[in-house]
Amino acid sequence: MIQRFGPLVAGRLVQAILVALVVAIVSFAMMQALPGDAAYRIAAGRYGYDVMDAAAAELVRTELGLDRPLTLQLLDWVVALSTFDLGNSLVSGNSVWSEVADQLGASLLLAICAIVLSVLIAAPIGVVAGLNAGGWVDRLSLVVSVATRTVPAFALGIILMLWLAVEAKLFPVAGYGNGRHLVLPSLTLALGLAAVSNRVIRDAVYDATRSPWYAFARNKGLSNSAVFRRHVARNVAVPAVAYVGVQLAYLIEGVVIIESVFAWPGIGHALVHAIFERDVPMVQGTALTLGLIFVALNLLVDLLCRWLDPRGAGSLR
Amino acid sequence: MIDRLFIALALALAFFIQNVGAAESSEIRVAAPWEISGPDPSTDGFVFLRMGVLETLVSTSESGNLQPGLAENWSTTSDGLTWRFTLREATFHDGTPLTSDAAVTALQRAVSNPGPLGKVAIDSIEADGRDVLIKLTSPFLPLPAVLSHSSTVIPAPSSFDPNGKVLSAIGTGAFRVNELKPPQSLTTARFDGYWGEKAEMASASYLAVKRAETRALMAESGDADIVFTLDPAGFKNLKSVDSLKAVSVAIPRVMLIKVNAGHSMLGDETVREALSLAVDREGIAAGITRYPEAAATQTFPPGLGDWHNAELPALAYDPQRAKSLLAKAGWSAGEDGILVRDGKRFSLTMRTFPDRPELPLVAAAIQDQWREIGIELNVSVANYSEIPKGHQDGSLEVALFARNYGSIPDPYGSVLSDFGAGGGDWGSMNWDNPEVVAALGKIANTDDESVRTSLIKEIGKAIHTDLPMIPVVWYQHTVAYKKGLEDIVIDPLERSYGLNLVNWAQ
Repeated sequence: MIQRFGPLVAGRLVQAILVALVVAIVSFAMMQALPGDAAYRIAAGRYGYDVMDAAAAELVRTELGLDRPLTLQLLDWVVALSTFDLGNSLVSGNSVWSEVADQLGASLLLAICAIVLSVLIAAPIGVVAGLNAGGWVDRLSLVVSVATRTVPAFALGIILMLWLAVEAKLFPVAGYGNGRHLVLPSLTLALGLAAVSNRVIRDAVYDATRSPWYAFARNKGLSNSAVFRRHVARNVAVPAVAYVGVQLAYLIEGVVIIESVFAWPGIGHALVHAIFERDVPMVQGTALTLGLIFVALNLLVDLLCRWLDPRGAGSLR
Repeated sequence: MIDRLFIALALALAFFIQNVGAAESSEIRVAAPWEISGPDPSTDGFVFLRMGVLETLVSTSESGNLQPGLAENWSTTSDGLTWRFTLREATFHDGTPLTSDAAVTALQRAVSNPGPLGKVAIDSIEADGRDVLIKLTSPFLPLPAVLSHSSTVIPAPSSFDPNGKVLSAIGTGAFRVNELKPPQSLTTARFDGYWGEKAEMASASYLAVKRAETRALMAESGDADIVFTLDPAGFKNLKSVDSLKAVSVAIPRVMLIKVNAGHSMLGDETVREALSLAVDREGIAAGITRYPEAAATQTFPPGLGDWHNAELPALAYDPQRAKSLLAKAGWSAGEDGILVRDGKRFSLTMRTFPDRPELPLVAAAIQDQWREIGIELNVSVANYSEIPKGHQDGSLEVALFARNYGSIPDPYGSVLSDFGAGGGDWGSMNWDNPEVVAALGKIANTDDESVRTSLIKEIGKAIHTDLPMIPVVWYQHTVAYKKGLEDIVIDPLERSYGLNLVNWAQ
């Protein structure tokens, strides 16, 4: 077991430390390189356009010590980071840990639901289409997939709101609180994801049914369903899992527009705001967390693929 | 294995889809665009004031007049330098009584944070029995109006940690906070120890929904009972929904073009007049903000008392006259149609920001309209802090934004900082009119209404002819609510949602 998975885990651990270091320094440098005066941007984020003015910006500058040398500010951040202290948000004053934890929880919940839903939609369609390549399911799913993909996620969300919330009154339009709020945003995301992943699964199934081992299994007398359960499912799962892993990574950071349409308090939305408002500790904390999550996701996908397909294990040793 | 997986998924779905029941009739749900960053009055006091959680010393009536809030009454000495506010008997949500010490702490905090109170020349704020004494270094008659601003709300002493950081919003209002989840939601419950008229609703909730499309759909689907600030298309659509009422009221907010009067091309009064004549306000009001009657005929919209002067001639749209004014000022058309003088092209950059989605659209319309008279306008859409920044470092040429002259019931403070000596970050730039400065100084000292009115008219006239800021359109406050709701008050000052008075029709 350790022989099989050990090197993978060790490799990713080293990667995690490197990612943390690079993200820490690069995010700091990038925030400093952005044009505009940080004190003005932070004051804008705090007070709103009816109250914010130059005097408010100068108060912020004094309060936060923004005129200190950059090297000193970077040093502070690295020292704090080594004690796992991400500091406080410059805009809200709350600890970055608690803000990131809240928003990350909401984002993960949405992302995982969307992925599960997308697999539930894509897997049956992809398998049926792949097994009957060229049939009507295959052709129809291609057309519907392309059509769904061309609709921007934002418009898809509004369409679902109109249909399932305003007309059918099945789910609430927007908000965050109970399970019913989750349905529309995760369905919006799931449809966009399934539009691609059902084709990935379809191609993998199609390739499998054209392979010599498939013909062999059929020729030795196994039933269609037995071949599918024992051989095809596992072979198709490897590319599907790898692809779903990529989608999950994209979902956690990339659903800003869905978060804002559905009033969902996610981390993507928080990161974009933090950048606009020059909230350096929030940007650093968020970027760091996202970086580490990608490492963890990669590890998870690797482990799953290795478990599904043990053949490649020897080459790593 | 697969069977078990399916059972688990089915259970999970059942959990998500479980119906939690329609909204309780004694609950009211508000959806509005403003996010909440935390319980601090200096940044988020407006949400807690509107939701009836925190309160100010001075309150306002439906028509925008001052009325007692946490202060039962107030008075000033004859020299106008000492103000005395007498507190009423009230209880905080944590059960402790309202004291003058609590009010003094809150006000001192408001002075040291950005907001209108910090701009008043305050010498000291002290407690004296049940009174709060505010001593000024120079007279300032609109002080009670400033004390109705959302940044001057009075939280309980237990809201703060020992370092003065605000941990929670414990106030004296008709609703107490149940749960605050920044940036999206706030839920409250009726406070039975409220000093005023107790709420009919058992609870009230607030959801920050940034996108106008989503808010409109929430009103239509019934997910929100009151929805604030709709986009023109959504508002029109909701007007035709049977179960809803969609209303709009004029508010004292105006869209203005800030002009750097110190700029080599913009210092000339006739050039600014030409810029104003080239703006098709009615077109913008009809086509973009969709309230044709809200094209600005002058800076101050109706509803600002004496500040709106119906006798002033309306600002006109006359591109031909604009062209002849520019020709008189020495500008002539170059090869590409853009005006040139002494080898310099008439090219300007307008700063604006996307937080109010109509601003970039109006900027693009003005770009077209000024192109008609030979002025090239580049539009820069960025963070709104670029406007005060550009005012301070002198790099700003023109800017487009919305200015709220009703953030406190008396616009005097805003007018003073916008058009007083040296101009203001959100006001005039490099434009100094000694008569306006003198008149503004006199207003702060006089309680003679007729003198005050004539001074205000004088200021309005000077701004109208000199055009240090070019008005474009006035604003409407749009609200949609369920038809069963009664006693809804739409506050043009946007101070309060009046939730304690609202009730469902039987």
